[in-house]
Amino acid sequence: MCRIVAKKELAPTVKSLTIDAPLIAKKARPGQFIIIRIDEKGERIPLTIADLDVLQGTITTIFLEVGKTTKHLGSLNDGDVLADLAGPLGKPTEIKKYGKVICVGGGVGVAPLYLEAKALKDAGNKVISIIGARTKELLILEKEMRRISDELYITTDDGSRGHHGFVTDVLQGLITKQKIDMVLAIGPTVMMKAVAKMTKNYNIKTIVSLNPIMVDGTGMCGTCRVTVGGETKFTCVDGPEFDAHLVDFEELMNRQRTYLEEEKVALERWERCHH
Amino acid sequence: MGKVSSLKKQPMPEQEPEKRIRNFDEVALGYGAGQVVSEAKRCLQCAKPGCVQGCPVGIDIPAFVKCIAEENFDGAIEVIKKKNNLPAICGRVCPYEDQCEKFCVLGKKGEPVGIGRLERFVADDERKKGMRVPEKANASSKKVAIVGSGPAGLTVAADLAKLGHDVIIYEALHKPGGVLVYGIPEFRLPKEIVGAEIEYVKQLGVVIQTDVVIGKTITIDELRGEFDAIFIGTGAGLPHFMNIPGENLCGIYSSNEFLIRTNLMRAYKFPEYDTPIKVGKKVAVVGAGNVAMDSARVALRLGAKDVFIVYRRSEKEMPARAEEIAHAKEEGIMFKVLTNPIRMVGDENGWVKKLECVRMKLGESDKTGRRRPIPIKGSKFALDADTVVVAIGQKPNPLIAKTTKGLRITEQGTIWADKNGKTSMEGIFAGGDITTGTATVIEAMGAGKRAAMAIHEYISQ
Ligand SMILES: Cc1cc2nc3c(=O)[nH]c(=O)nc-3n(C[C@H](O)[C@H](O)[C@H](O)COP(=O)(O)OP(=O)(O)OC[C@H]3O[C@@H](n4cnc5c(N)ncnc54)[C@H](O)[C@@H]3O)c2cc1C
Ligand SMILES: Cc1cc2nc3c(=O)[nH]c(=O)nc-3n(C[C@H](O)[C@H](O)[C@H](O)COP(=O)(O)OP(=O)(O)OC[C@H]3O[C@@H](n4cnc5c(N)ncnc54)[C@H](O)[C@@H]3O)c2cc1C
Ligand code: SF4
Ligand code: SF4
Ligand code: FES
Repeated sequence: MCRIVAKKELAPTVKSLTIDAPLIAKKARPGQFIIIRIDEKGERIPLTIADLDVLQGTITTIFLEVGKTTKHLGSLNDGDVLADLAGPLGKPTEIKKYGKVICVGGGVGVAPLYLEAKALKDAGNKVISIIGARTKELLILEKEMRRISDELYITTDDGSRGHHGFVTDVLQGLITKQKIDMVLAIGPTVMMKAVAKMTKNYNIKTIVSLNPIMVDGTGMCGTCRVTVGGETKFTCVDGPEFDAHLVDFEELMNRQRTYLEEEKVALERWERCHH
Repeated sequence: MGKVSSLKKQPMPEQEPEKRIRNFDEVALGYGAGQVVSEAKRCLQCAKPGCVQGCPVGIDIPAFVKCIAEENFDGAIEVIKKKNNLPAICGRVCPYEDQCEKFCVLGKKGEPVGIGRLERFVADDERKKGMRVPEKANASSKKVAIVGSGPAGLTVAADLAKLGHDVIIYEALHKPGGVLVYGIPEFRLPKEIVGAEIEYVKQLGVVIQTDVVIGKTITIDELRGEFDAIFIGTGAGLPHFMNIPGENLCGIYSSNEFLIRTNLMRAYKFPEYDTPIKVGKKVAVVGAGNVAMDSARVALRLGAKDVFIVYRRSEKEMPARAEEIAHAKEEGIMFKVLTNPIRMVGDENGWVKKLECVRMKLGESDKTGRRRPIPIKGSKFALDADTVVVAIGQKPNPLIAKTTKGLRITEQGTIWADKNGKTSMEGIFAGGDITTGTATVIEAMGAGKRAAMAIHEYISQ
């Protein structure tokens, strides 16, 4: 059982929970994730560790309410407990000095991006960040990202803040103007796919953090398998970060849609009981 | 009941096939009290019983069978529990035809004594009355960490706790039990029974910490600093895939995913439980071991219309227990033997719709003594399937091997250990599927027993 010690609303559908997890806080490194289960009947879902506090023994996760489990999670408050929390899972990001890096975050992908961008900055890289969202209410961690970035660009799909358009528009402008040593992109799969396609033309090393459906998160089930460079990999143990230019994004997006009907049923059932 | 024992075992009462394929309740219902006594009376009480040597944990079989024949069920379970902490489980899932019963003298002329069924009866009888917790030795002040809560880990834990040691089990998943909870389906092994036997282990003083992934949350090296000895019983949980084109289409499961969703996450109760599973009308299960039979029978209960086993050898070579194959057939599972999938084909939405296969013939015997399957040229054909379960075996979970420097690993990926479970590292022991590859519950427990003795000796020095 893990206690929630703080809850924040970053946007109407984006919440942050800080959870007591001393063992995990001690071990976690940027890029790793946890698996949570809310209660006895709940499913196991993966969430990235967005921040941690070793002294307090807590970790923070930021999530977008998209379906039954994340909405349920968003309805919990400080003092509530989760049935299960396991981690830190997956391989940490490879943090080293690349030179000039661009960190691209889309939507709630900015949450996992933050720790990694910060670590890249601490490792002596020049960090240029682009963060985007559908609309300005959904922009998260702007202040935090600004603090650790040498340059920060903002985009919104509806133009309510920053550049009117996609993160890739800004990325295109930046990579044509200067030599970039590495791009790190975390966000919706379509965004990561678009980034990968663009940077491939310029031959810039690009890393993405994949989010397939998972169950155990420890390498036992193969639900999270993705094709990378023609080989099947398990995202939970071999990833979640991979060389973007080798990932079969079509297959990933296809597999993410496996349970669309069931997800709808689960959500409707939950909303009926809780509204 | 005269002197001449019947040549046949008392038959096991079972749920009718037409009924049971619509529920997840136990298929075998267990002997009644009269039946169990009649069955026990068949035993000849041999002076040199063959049966005992066939039991990996060495239960005094004639002694407990004698108690049953005298209607002393409490006495019977007491004899069993001296050697076996999980009898209700073993009485259900032991492949006894290859173990104790294989060596029963009655087996020469007719059917052996139904040892497994007798064991099951007295274990169930005790559970209904309330389990007694045995006396423990005085506390020893020695601490042992156990990694993994499958049958191997639970056995080591229970034995060491009885000897007075402080024992903590670390389990990666949210429920203890290993394959007993995530793999073997409810209709063969009800989870309530596994829960009760685990409760017994806890009452011995064993602490179980779930959600701790050793190698990630805590490393083996860190455990070494805190404990006097460590036992690794992490099983063989890494699924094999076929590595053929199309295997990552939607609708294709590893048997582990299929069974974990159903058993551990209770997807058969979706949407009451949150985890979904999707089974279409035509389900192909690739492989013919026990895991394949379990997957096929689960698929049927999840509402599939046609379920078939696709196997590249013939029925004779099938690794599954005869009893499981018979159960599967009774339930209407079809068998496509001498058939090997070479490609999975999807529809326009990326969902599997066909298995492209070739027909096989059997050639010379290979190293394992089974005849090698050879593809027949020009025999390509397609099988319709909208769900596929790949059940072709599991490998040892590599997490600990990868995160523990100095631990000797074999070419097969198993942790190297001697027959008492000693690994290449001082104070670290291992046993069960992680050292042997996929085997059986009772063999994992046997390995656990030997390791517990070796650990006891090691920490008592
Ligand atoms: C390594 C990893 C890290 C992640 N980190 C974050 C994060 O920091 N913040 C965040 O908001 N989201 C994160 N996600 C995604 C998050 O896990 C899903 O949004 C969540 O599982 C959706 O569950 P639901 O019941 O609310 O929605 P559902 O309605 O069940 O599903 C919505 C969509 O989420 C995906 N999904 C469903 N079930 C799972 C599952 N068990 N595992 C993974 N994806 C699933 C599917 O593509 C689905 O279409 C991460 C995913 C992965 C794999
Ligand atoms: C579907 C299926 C059906 C079977 N049917 C039968 C049967 O009818 N009869 C029979 O005798 N045998 C059967 N078997 C085989 C039998 O279940 C196994 O041989 C036995 O469970 C092995 O026990 P174990 O303790 O070695 O490992 P497991 O039961 O695999 O348990 C290992 C445990 O360790 C945990 N673990 C793994 N890595 C870590 C880590 N890094 N940190 C913490 N915990 C970890 C796992 O989560 C798991 O709970 C079946 C197997 C399967 C898969
Ligand atoms: S534990 Fe298994 S092998 Fe041993 S006596 Fe019981 S059924 Fe037979
Ligand atoms: S070998 Fe068979 S008959 Fe002889 S003691 Fe064992 S169970 Fe009884
Ligand atoms: S989530 Fe099960 S193997 Fe990755």
